[in-house]
Amino acid sequence: MKEKAQYVYPFLYVLPAILDITDFLNGIRNLCLAGYFPLCFFGTERRELLCAMAMAAKEPILLRCLFPQDTQYQSLSMEFPAFHLFERELWEEFGIIPLGHPWLKPVRFPRDCRQSMEQYPFFSSESSALHEVGVGPVHAGVIEPGHFRFICHGERIEHLEIQLGYQHRGIMNLLSRGDIRQKMPLAESIAGDTAIGHGLAYCSAIESLCNVSVPTALQTVRLIALELERIAMHLADLSALAGDIAYLSGQNFFAALRTAIINSSLAICGSRFGKRWLKPGGINYGLSKEQNSLLRSTLEEAGRQIERCTRAMFADAGVLNRFDSTGSVSKKAALELNFSGVTAKASGLAIDARCDFPLSGYANFSPLCLDSGDVFARASIRAKEIEQSLDMIAHMLSTLPPVSAKDSVSLPPPMPDKLCIAITEGWRGRIVHVVKTDSEGGTEFYRVIDPSLHNWFALALAVRNEGISDFPLCNKSFDLSYCGTDL
Amino acid sequence: MFNLLKARIHHGYQAIPDPLNAAIHPSFPGLPTILRACKEDFCSASSLCPTGAIGDNSLDLGKCVFCGECTRSFPATFAFNPNFRMASSRRESLIIRWDTQSNTCTAPAVEVNAALKKLCIRSFALRNVSAGGCNACELELGASSNVNFDMGRYGIEVVASPRHADALILTGPVSKNMEQALVKTWEAIPEPRVLILCGACAISGGSFVNSDAIGRDWLQTMQPALYIPGCPAHPLSIIHGLMSLLGRVK
Repeated sequence: MKEKAQYVYPFLYVLPAILDITDFLNGIRNLCLAGYFPLCFFGTERRELLCAMAMAAKEPILLRCLFPQDTQYQSLSMEFPAFHLFERELWEEFGIIPLGHPWLKPVRFPRDCRQSMEQYPFFSSESSALHEVGVGPVHAGVIEPGHFRFICHGERIEHLEIQLGYQHRGIMNLLSRGDIRQKMPLAESIAGDTAIGHGLAYCSAIESLCNVSVPTALQTVRLIALELERIAMHLADLSALAGDIAYLSGQNFFAALRTAIINSSLAICGSRFGKRWLKPGGINYGLSKEQNSLLRSTLEEAGRQIERCTRAMFADAGVLNRFDSTGSVSKKAALELNFSGVTAKASGLAIDARCDFPLSGYANFSPLCLDSGDVFARASIRAKEIEQSLDMIAHMLSTLPPVSAKDSVSLPPPMPDKLCIAITEGWRGRIVHVVKTDSEGGTEFYRVIDPSLHNWFALALAVRNEGISDFPLCNKSFDLSYCGTDL
Repeated sequence: MFNLLKARIHHGYQAIPDPLNAAIHPSFPGLPTILRACKEDFCSASSLCPTGAIGDNSLDLGKCVFCGECTRSFPATFAFNPNFRMASSRRESLIIRWDTQSNTCTAPAVEVNAALKKLCIRSFALRNVSAGGCNACELELGASSNVNFDMGRYGIEVVASPRHADALILTGPVSKNMEQALVKTWEAIPEPRVLILCGACAISGGSFVNSDAIGRDWLQTMQPALYIPGCPAHPLSIIHGLMSLLGRVK
């Protein structure tokens, strides 16, 4: 049983005192050794470094220092690999060099970065026994762009390197321009398949900065939206996983079930992705008594069919043969590399923001976990989380009075000189938004950390020593976001 | 085995019988109508609109992200109808305008592409390029081929290679980092070929139009054959737009 949370969510700070760079790095090291993990680590236009270190059920600790004078410092990544992407971002955006970083390469090629996409420094091998396979950025299906470079020995993958950045749209810059309270459509487009996950993180951050709290019933509707999104996208993944192994019944069953779920979102807010449902201060669309009971009966019916379909799929020898022991990720890697969501839970790491940093409304949530770290574990966790989310929604709906969007609260201007860290558990994992207001209540910066940023590395690890033909299956089992990483 | 049969029986027949004439839930915000000319409402609504879609007695479907701010604040002036038929073959006709003569508003329309009607009557192959898309339009384009919407029944499919494609369907606002790959994919499609823009981002840059990470220079030189509005475009809108372009909607 985990320790109960001892703080008020979301986390609101005034900036802490500026530390010396040595104290800053030592502070981080000590917290890492004490079991904390980094939520964020980034540079700002004021030439400051900010880092938030977190541990379940504790308020994250914020550390701050100035950029090192000689624009370099001793990298944290060799000792604590969880920082490897954060340090790459820092180098790419500000030219600060983490000395001794093992993998110092561009992340997303923002404008004015000194790196060129054409000259990405891929690892290569001189051996005549090995060959390289390049895939993308344009892929064979209807999916987002990214480049995969495999080094293979025959059919076996020795190494996979993932080059992203093609989807970079400058979204963090756009979020920090103009009135922060009017950015909902943009927040929903950080990753359109996670409109609620990112949208809710945005709303929580803004509400906290504006010092308002949302009535309980409205908050419950938002959590229902978040769980509906989780169910829908897990179903999409089960469908795609089934498709990748030519289990066509499963592909079609789960696709049809996803349609039923997202159409019930449409019936409430008009969007199959839950776009425009939430807003800072509450919701745009409430839930009447009739809508409540319709949603309950739709989900009950869907739940019964989901159970039949998962039972059939996970009893099929052909399916198990392809899922079992394919694309394994160790618990050690998951812990060290800051993975979250299904990726971490399937590797035995019981982390989930719904219990570690719960938004108001979540009671006694405990994450589902498996140990094997393979495609089977990730598929099973998805199937089980669908069931868990259905139960949660059923429970929430059964006690929910009719909810009107009119009960949403209006937002005063945000408080000046505050920093807010909002965390939600999206269907892919831990979503972190860090927003800082300036002395006039304008936005100084808006930082987004999608779980995919860290989790992409899990895919690279998972395919090592697998046949290259299993790459699509492994890839789908993680189903990571390109645009959420590229921002 | 019995589990599979049970699941199959309950799955039943899922395909929407006629996607071109399907009923959609009344809460779906589709084709908007302007209900009256009201200078004050348009003025206030344009300051609420996140993408600058609202102009002088007009609403640009190519920019609209269907957030609903205008209709929630000014329901007497703006209405969004549960009508998914929103595509147009001309950019200008995506701009819904109030006509002071007739006191009605305009609606977009697709003109049949004569060349496609002749060449692609039974099979129309699309190559999707996502260039900065948020994965919502991509998922909806994917859903257009799923067991419910099943646009494959009309011979329309998304193909794996540009070499096999008749059209490029673009999603996303075109990130600078993706511009070159987009142009190369276009050039790899054999002629005759057409360009289709799917979703507000592809049509106008949407929420990202003011970002310096967006590169639409190449796109500006092109003549798209079809524009499908939405954020994201609904599968029924996509199918209806494509079928209209092919001259197969009666």
